[in-house]
Amino acid sequence: MDIAVKDGKIVEKVDERKAEVVDASGMIVMPGGVDIHCHIAGAEVNSGRLLRPEDHVKDVEVKTALTRSGVGYSIPSTFTTGYRYSRMGYTTVMNPSMPPLEARHTHEELDDTPMVDKASYPLLGDWWFVLEHLRDGLVEECAAHVAWIMNATKGYAIKIVNPGGLEAWGFGGNVRNVDDPVPYFNITPREIIRGLCKVNKLLNLPHTIHVHTNNLGKPGNYITALDTMKCVEDLAEGTHPVIHVTHSQFSAFKGSDWRTMSSGAEEIAKYVNHHNHVTLDMGQVIFTDTTTMTADGPFQYGLYQLTGNKWVNHDVETETSSGIVPFRYKRKSAVHATQWSIGLELALLIQNPWKLCMTTDHPNAGPFTAYPRIITWLMSQMARKKTMMKISKRARRNSLLPTIDREYGFYEIAIVTRAGQAKILGLKQKGHLGVGADADVAVYNVNPELVDPSRKYKAVRKAFKKAAYTIKDGEVVVKDGQIVKPVYGKTFWLDVKTSLPMEINDDLKQKFREYWTIEYENYAIPESFLHVSSPISIKAEV
Amino acid sequence: MITLYPKRLFKTPVDAECISPDFFAEKSAKEIAALQIWEGNRRREVGDLFKIKHETGSQSDEVTVRICGDVSKVRKIGAKMSMGNIIVEGDVGMHLGEKMNGGVITVTGNADSWAGSMMKKGTIEIKGDAGDYIGASYRGSTQGMNGGKIVIHGNAGYEVGCFMRKGLIKVYGDIGKFAGIHMRNGTIFIQGNSEGRAGAQMIDGKIVVCGYVPSILPTFTIDDIRQKVKVNGEKLEGPFYRFIGDLADEGKGKLFVSKNRNLHLSSYEEYL
Repeated sequence: MDIAVKDGKIVEKVDERKAEVVDASGMIVMPGGVDIHCHIAGAEVNSGRLLRPEDHVKDVEVKTALTRSGVGYSIPSTFTTGYRYSRMGYTTVMNPSMPPLEARHTHEELDDTPMVDKASYPLLGDWWFVLEHLRDGLVEECAAHVAWIMNATKGYAIKIVNPGGLEAWGFGGNVRNVDDPVPYFNITPREIIRGLCKVNKLLNLPHTIHVHTNNLGKPGNYITALDTMKCVEDLAEGTHPVIHVTHSQFSAFKGSDWRTMSSGAEEIAKYVNHHNHVTLDMGQVIFTDTTTMTADGPFQYGLYQLTGNKWVNHDVETETSSGIVPFRYKRKSAVHATQWSIGLELALLIQNPWKLCMTTDHPNAGPFTAYPRIITWLMSQMARKKTMMKISKRARRNSLLPTIDREYGFYEIAIVTRAGQAKILGLKQKGHLGVGADADVAVYNVNPELVDPSRKYKAVRKAFKKAAYTIKDGEVVVKDGQIVKPVYGKTFWLDVKTSLPMEINDDLKQKFREYWTIEYENYAIPESFLHVSSPISIKAEV
Repeated sequence: MITLYPKRLFKTPVDAECISPDFFAEKSAKEIAALQIWEGNRRREVGDLFKIKHETGSQSDEVTVRICGDVSKVRKIGAKMSMGNIIVEGDVGMHLGEKMNGGVITVTGNADSWAGSMMKKGTIEIKGDAGDYIGASYRGSTQGMNGGKIVIHGNAGYEVGCFMRKGLIKVYGDIGKFAGIHMRNGTIFIQGNSEGRAGAQMIDGKIVVCGYVPSILPTFTIDDIRQKVKVNGEKLEGPFYRFIGDLADEGKGKLFVSKNRNLHLSSYEEYL
């Protein structure tokens, strides 16, 4: 079967005598990879880079005639990030946390991330306008504000991190569950999640709300995760998802403390298997030295107390908080090994691969360069067993993995690494090779008819590590794992058209003057600021 | 024995990770001359910068590399070496014996900063002075010297033994500020004077100062007066004040300071 490409799109047919032919016989051809959640740009990522010179020294990329020099490992420099994704056959990457105040910085870094299309999700779960409007029950006004912020920050989806907890962290507190009120705002996380879910629907946004649950990374938090999913159950219509629970591995801990911590993956998977309104991504742990960074300030502070490592914690004015702590996942630690097991258990117990995305929440649970390794764990019981032999005894005893004999096939891998991710993101032109799709193609040098991924998992890993070809917008950009043509990617953002735009009055400007360090006039970033702007026009219902 | 003579005075730093017995073993002079080396941002070969003399006289198992001349701009000599000897007759540049895993390095002149950083095994002996960050960790890392021995006959600079985890550093001269900062374990012995702030943020380990100390950090508490102190099996006559710290980091490191050379510290005795 041939795939014809013209002007950056996949078409029915081209003139074969004139066309450039890429011979992919005996190889796997997939759409370009899509990553729904990886922290690759922004103020937080950059602070992480500054914090970790020892992370860079062990992984240096020398410049070539085509590519720039850079450093890795867990927080690669912008250009290196783009190159590495492209070498693995990825063409679309989503940066999931952008404080609206830091949008300018984030887009500057995204512009410097070549080879991939990208977008960013503004953090709105603790934005004061959202909290105030939802407290007063003004969902439509809230929607107008969210529409404005999408345009102002050039964002793509509503990101909610520890709803309410980050505002409480401004006062040194946190929220304990979805019904714990936020100090001074008299609103609960449940109301924030439900409110923003309604806003998301009113605005017809392509992606659902993207939620990092309360109590993340604490034993017993699977109940909070289930509560979070249940609280928007009645807002679902048909089989459309309305909530995406991100890096769900971190939200699936059972037990009352770290000693009794075990896997809650079974309960979460059971719920997800019976409900269609929720999608997840894995946040799979890799045993390595990495850097954790989230907008969840209280969680990061807890992590600092746990490890005693160097740390950064920051309060982003009226919008969110953030924290960074270097972290090493150890095989012999029962907790870390259980976390490793939870990620895979979730992926294997959730029956429908369209509900799940493969991520490491880069760099929180491991760098994205470990994706080929996760692919082998998903595809081969033997690979899982081999790693199981090396992990903590307690974690091995409690792990559900030995009882699961499911192994992913190449089609399922294609779903969890690109097709499903694109569908969940609402990117219609990505994640498939149908006519009209963007000509983003990845070719991997492994023959699915000859290689049994369950036994020859090493060959599979090798193939996914270095794509034989990556084609971006109809151009061959990577050949045999080497960049052959550096290209800029597009930046997607939502141009949401509301019939009742946000009222820009003196009251609003006064608020910016009083509470923000940036005035209203300087807050929004113009389209001309983006290197390759690709707005997606959306007509809202309000 | 393989002897290297610098052909000229280097003006830009030379990155010479390959000057180590591990790389030179079982190689002829020609092969050694072809090894890759960086001078600034230029790729060179060892033979471009050094004259090489290969003597196969003695049949010992140990590979000995001798460097005669000024190599104070040459960095990373003996990095990651695991066996053999390096003798530097003259001054040597930064990162000497970085991540060293065995063998012996002897320097007759001075050594620059970062000598023996992150080393695990082996011995470094410096007859002259040494720079800063001796036996330290890489910037930002918490993995400092993890074994082996560094002996400095002259003075040493600042932050000696930063994040040190194991091993011994002996300084027969004076030492700069922040000796043993962030120290996790291991021993630092200072025959001369300290510029102060020794043991800041240390968690465990032992620092012995036989000379003058301007003051002790306020986060250290006096514990005892000891007549003798053991350093690497060797007994030193005191008396010594023994301080415990750094309490700001809940540390239990021991800081021994000579009583006779530090009469201004006698006010601590009333807290005993």
